[in-house]
Amino acid sequence: MRSLTSGRRDNAPSRWGYRFERLMLTPLFRLFLRVVVPFAVVAGSTAIWLSDEGRRESLNLAVSDLRREIATRPEFMVSAMTVDGASQGTSEDIREILSLSFPASSFDLDLPAIRERVEELPAIASAAVRVRPGGILQLNIAERTPVVVWRTHEGLTLVDPEGHVTGPAISRVAYPQMPLIAGEGAELHVPEALRLFSAAAPLNSRVIGLVRVGERRWDLVLDRGQRIKLPEQGAVEALDRVVALNNAEELLERDVKVVDMRLAHRPTVQLTEQAVDAWWQASQMTTGTVGQ
Amino acid sequence: MTELYQSQRAMRAMRKAAMQRGVIAVLDVGTSKIACLVLRFDGTDRLASVEGIGSMAGQSGYRVIGANTIMSRGVKFGEIDTMQETERAIRTVVQAAQKMAKIRVDHVIACFSGAEPRSYGLDGQIDLEGHTVDDQDVARVLAACDVPDYGADREVLHAQPVNFALDHRSGLGDPRGQVGQTLTTDMHLLTVDKAAVQNLVHCIRRCDLELAGIASSAYVSGMSALVEDEQELGAACIDMGGGATSLSIFMKKHMIFADTVRMGGDHVTGDISMGLQVPTSTAERIKTFYGGVVATGMDDRDMIELSGDTGDWEHDRRTVSRAELIGIMRPRVEEILEEVRARLDAAGFEHLPSQQIVLTGGGSQIPGLDGLATKILGQQVRLGRPMRVHGLPQAATGPGFAATVGMCLFATHPQDEWWDFDLPVDRYNTRPFGKAVRWFKENW
Repeated sequence: MRSLTSGRRDNAPSRWGYRFERLMLTPLFRLFLRVVVPFAVVAGSTAIWLSDEGRRESLNLAVSDLRREIATRPEFMVSAMTVDGASQGTSEDIREILSLSFPASSFDLDLPAIRERVEELPAIASAAVRVRPGGILQLNIAERTPVVVWRTHEGLTLVDPEGHVTGPAISRVAYPQMPLIAGEGAELHVPEALRLFSAAAPLNSRVIGLVRVGERRWDLVLDRGQRIKLPEQGAVEALDRVVALNNAEELLERDVKVVDMRLAHRPTVQLTEQAVDAWWQASQMTTGTVGQ
Repeated sequence: MTELYQSQRAMRAMRKAAMQRGVIAVLDVGTSKIACLVLRFDGTDRLASVEGIGSMAGQSGYRVIGANTIMSRGVKFGEIDTMQETERAIRTVVQAAQKMAKIRVDHVIACFSGAEPRSYGLDGQIDLEGHTVDDQDVARVLAACDVPDYGADREVLHAQPVNFALDHRSGLGDPRGQVGQTLTTDMHLLTVDKAAVQNLVHCIRRCDLELAGIASSAYVSGMSALVEDEQELGAACIDMGGGATSLSIFMKKHMIFADTVRMGGDHVTGDISMGLQVPTSTAERIKTFYGGVVATGMDDRDMIELSGDTGDWEHDRRTVSRAELIGIMRPRVEEILEEVRARLDAAGFEHLPSQQIVLTGGGSQIPGLDGLATKILGQQVRLGRPMRVHGLPQAATGPGFAATVGMCLFATHPQDEWWDFDLPVDRYNTRPFGKAVRWFKENW
């Protein structure tokens, strides 16, 4: 029995309130409410909003406007380009192929692409591209340094030790300090050629160049049409022997046309025709004298 | 009996399912309060692998994650009196406990103290013909107990085998695997009023909860308030509740007797209310603040103001001495304890080797009760509190929560009951399909 005056209301939950509370405490339902429902609501409303063509366009427009607004802020603008570590000609080449117009936003500069395009230049070994504070596009260039002149059918080119053609040579005279190589595939063996040239240093004044024969071995060409045929293996040692022979016997001062070192155990010397004739006559005379 | 067997088995299956899901609620429907605890099972028994530590009575595997207590409504003498009111109270308490646990609870184990429990001692005997005892034999001997005629309006709440004897060897806890000629069992059967149980079941169903077990509060408060050696050596637990005082006698870790005195703390409050002409709520407050059962000279001078809101100044400003209050309370408490004494005598408690009596329940907090109880019940009386369980809030550790805490133990570590064993196979014989199944089982 409750007294009529006491206003204490029933604090028990109603049946439906109780059921609702229990539903809200069900773990799966809570997960559903916390994750699935918000996700579905957001995704659904976005989809409905975007289903209209005009809204989509205006959204795209607004997004691109915003992007442009941010990209054209002065903090992100690049106003100049500096090229470090490149020679004058290469630097001009770089500026020409990039053909960038400044000022440009750093958002629009694709630095990896710029780097790739710069590195495509034959004279450049590697390039590092970055945007320096102050809005300057900085290119640090490592150039290839040509070490030999390579004569081909197309003309003279410069080659670095790794066999990369760095550029055309105007004339042989322009690069007097660089040795000359020729022949198919010669550019792929520049280090060996350089070793051969250093081995041939005692003959320095007489050396004209190296010729790659049959894409497998070298011929050292000297002036007066002399030629030293070197083997495939141990070319440097063979050349050393020739140089030693020359020092001892002055071999190359004589009327020798070809010194053939291709067979290491049997070096062969070919005389010039006049020498052969002279030797023939001399031997005739000798034999005639003996015979008479 | 088979119907009961099926329903109890269904509850056991539900309890297993709940333990697998990890959450179960225990609900103590009392006369003065309804308490609900939500238990979460961790599943892993962390201490199980450590040597030297037993199962800790299933204590290590769970913790209390939600607890709530409210004033009971619509319950009298531990039985449901006004179902709608009780249903609302259960809804409130379950909802609050769920909220604290932050998880929904579907399975609930309930206990109540009323419904006139009656204990029966049963015994059964079978011939084993010399083979080893297996589960089937245990089921057979349990089924062989001749069930007394306890009346059509009553239902079995607990049916626990308390003793097994093989030939002349008695006191076996587990006879399985042993060899003998005859297997004898003693079973303790506790029946309660069918209508009361059905009301409770109905109430819980109406709260969208599944009943995963039902227990007598005499049994569960004994489980929590008696320490292990008391349970082993023999002791009586007296749970002094609001509307009913339940008592249970434990021996060798089994309950062998339970009964209820339909008097409790609410009657003391009623006496105070009537004797002092104050409202029940004031009487309850005076009882809890100033109550006692032993008057001293000091109590004559200890005046208690009785407030009131009748508007009559003389009536509202009365004072009463504490001695007068004790004079009202003591006869009722004595009456309760004497009634308990009578029940214990009827159960033959004086023949037990140990006469330990443990007083628990909210009513046991009356100051001086242990002295009074010593005079009436015997020398070995102590006040008991429920044991600690993991995560139990401080507010729910008092003696009033003995049954609630005992329910946790009952939920996690139930004793084997009759229905935990399969029905003996000869019961299947009436159905040919079952016979075929049995033939398959036996041959493969």
